Amino acid sequence: MHSIDKTAAARLLAALVRGELPDERGRFGPYGGCFAPEVLMPALLRLKDEVQRHLHHPDYQAELQHELRTWVGRPTPLTRAAKLGAAWGTDVWLKREDLAHTGAHKINNALGQALLAKRMGAKRVIAETGAGQHGVATAAACARVGIPATVYMGAIDVKRQAPNVDRMYQLGAKVVPVESGDQTLRAAIDEAFRDWVGDPEYAYYLLGSAVGPHPYPYLVRELQSVIGRESRAQFQETTGQLPDIAIACVGGGSNSIGLFHPFAGDAQVKLMGVEAGGRGPGLGDNSATIGRGKPGVLHGTYSLLLQDENGQVQETHSVSAGLDYPGVGPEHSLLKAIGRVDYVSATDEEALAALRECCAAEGILPALESSHALAAAKRWARDNKGRKILIGLSGRGDKDMPTLSQVFPGGGVPHHSRH
Amino acid sequence: MPQISPHEKLTATIRNAAREHGVALIAYVVAGYPKKNDFIKTLREVAEAADVVEVGVPFSDPMADGVTIQRASHAAIQQGVSLKWILAELKKAGEMPAPVVLMSYLNPLYAFGYEQLAAAAAESHVSGFIVPDLPLEESDDFRTRLDARGLALINLITPSTPEDRARRLSATASGFIYAVTSKGTTGSASALPTDVTRYLDRIRASASLPVCAGFGVRTPEQVRGLSGHADGVIVGSALVEEVEAGRQVGGYLGALRSRRH
Repeated sequence: MHSIDKTAAARLLAALVRGELPDERGRFGPYGGCFAPEVLMPALLRLKDEVQRHLHHPDYQAELQHELRTWVGRPTPLTRAAKLGAAWGTDVWLKREDLAHTGAHKINNALGQALLAKRMGAKRVIAETGAGQHGVATAAACARVGIPATVYMGAIDVKRQAPNVDRMYQLGAKVVPVESGDQTLRAAIDEAFRDWVGDPEYAYYLLGSAVGPHPYPYLVRELQSVIGRESRAQFQETTGQLPDIAIACVGGGSNSIGLFHPFAGDAQVKLMGVEAGGRGPGLGDNSATIGRGKPGVLHGTYSLLLQDENGQVQETHSVSAGLDYPGVGPEHSLLKAIGRVDYVSATDEEALAALRECCAAEGILPALESSHALAAAKRWARDNKGRKILIGLSGRGDKDMPTLSQVFPGGGVPHHSRH
Repeated sequence: MPQISPHEKLTATIRNAAREHGVALIAYVVAGYPKKNDFIKTLREVAEAADVVEVGVPFSDPMADGVTIQRASHAAIQQGVSLKWILAELKKAGEMPAPVVLMSYLNPLYAFGYEQLAAAAAESHVSGFIVPDLPLEESDDFRTRLDARGLALINLITPSTPEDRARRLSATASGFIYAVTSKGTTGSASALPTDVTRYLDRIRASASLPVCAGFGVRTPEQVRGLSGHADGVIVGSALVEEVEAGRQVGGYLGALRSRRH
């Protein structure tokens, strides 16, 4: 862990708020960078140039904003969760990314990058997926812009997120189950990189989280920041104030960085990232990278990483495929190091309980990933009665039905509690 | 007598072998695969037949490698092969008949610590490092530590590397230049593309170090085809498959370099 003193931390936070991070080398303070095989360097350097040229250009932005509004369905609502609030003794608000097209925040990034790939003249798109939400979003966005997509997905995830595999097929993507490595998101990223290594000039790698070599962590954060920008404006408009705390789950960290980034300069708004505590604190039993990792290099970026003393990346566990990843985006490692975000974890059990509570109280089936944020919010509420909580509800739980029907055989809420 | 550094010795070995045999043979083995206990025995056998040996440090996420090396790396890790163990074994075994370079993804090296690693590698008769996920832009830290011990950091150049970048890579390299001859992961090409010789000639024209061609080299025909265009040829996945099958690696490597009858 890099120790950053108070003065340096304040300087880095100010630079982040001013939009100066990542720097030219793709660094967020000590973290980030571009640790890619030489064969990909020309493609990555070109991507960096194209991102600089297009991302904030009025033509690209006009197309993106139009598609976000008319195809994705943005802005997504900010919903007051009155019954959860009453039960927890707080004021609870949900940012409803589950209502975005294809059912999660992933579409914000997939659409933005697919539009960029088209401008770059890409012949095909490669993507990895964990929970399948990024795969579905990529399949949909590529169909929309007219580029063929190949999606790599760990064999274990293919099983536990079966509904999403079918959706990808229906949307015209080729899905490749990955039998190598740990057969989850990490192996899928390894395999997607291998495909790209073989075709760096014609393929566009549409990375789904705020991880990977520069410029991906920057590109994904910029495309996902719409979550935080909308939430901030909606919260002010509805309540006349800002939330006391914004809470989101962290796997690779794209929905959370999207929610947090626009609030980074609001000192009065606490930020909390929730990692997967899995079965418990043991090695291999969780995916709590920030809580338990050490700095290292995986998938092209220098960030916190779950690894052993020999630098071998550790197997992870989480009930939610989307959080089941041993690394984390470099901007999160910086936010942890400078103390701007508080990172905690929620166990499988806590997340499942939160999912049921949200279903029963609000009529919303959240994704297992998002349920980790709900669980942590409930815990925080215990000592913070009467405060305003903003929760990033990153996606809907339809994809989790195979897992849920195993965990809760015979259905959800018991009959006797219904009126 | 002037002291010759390990990276200079590595360069000289390749130059001499190229002069003698047309092309130097650089052989790759995954440390401790298929059997951990046979590491030094296999290494010695390979070092007797080849001019340079690349020892692969297994990594959990070998993203630039094909199925053969993925399988070998995974099996080696399962048996407890680590960088620390490899260095200890190499130190115990003493100097090999051919220079040894380590090929490793960055994270195991970073976890060991660059400073300690450079010292330990020098003590273990290692001549240098090949790090597939350490591009030029991120390599200053590690290169400085290796330079201080006279160890090589071997740069890779690929067919997609633009010319000005290839020149910068040549200028900062030591030991030799690793010219990747095909796109794709290791072991994936079966034939040498026709424009490979032109590509190698281009790199060689601007390089002051020997240029060694690798990725997908399998047959004596390929090796002969590279002679005159490269100073060395790297045999990776094909050799790993020989070792895996328990065949005599000395004979295989000898046959690769045999002249046409």
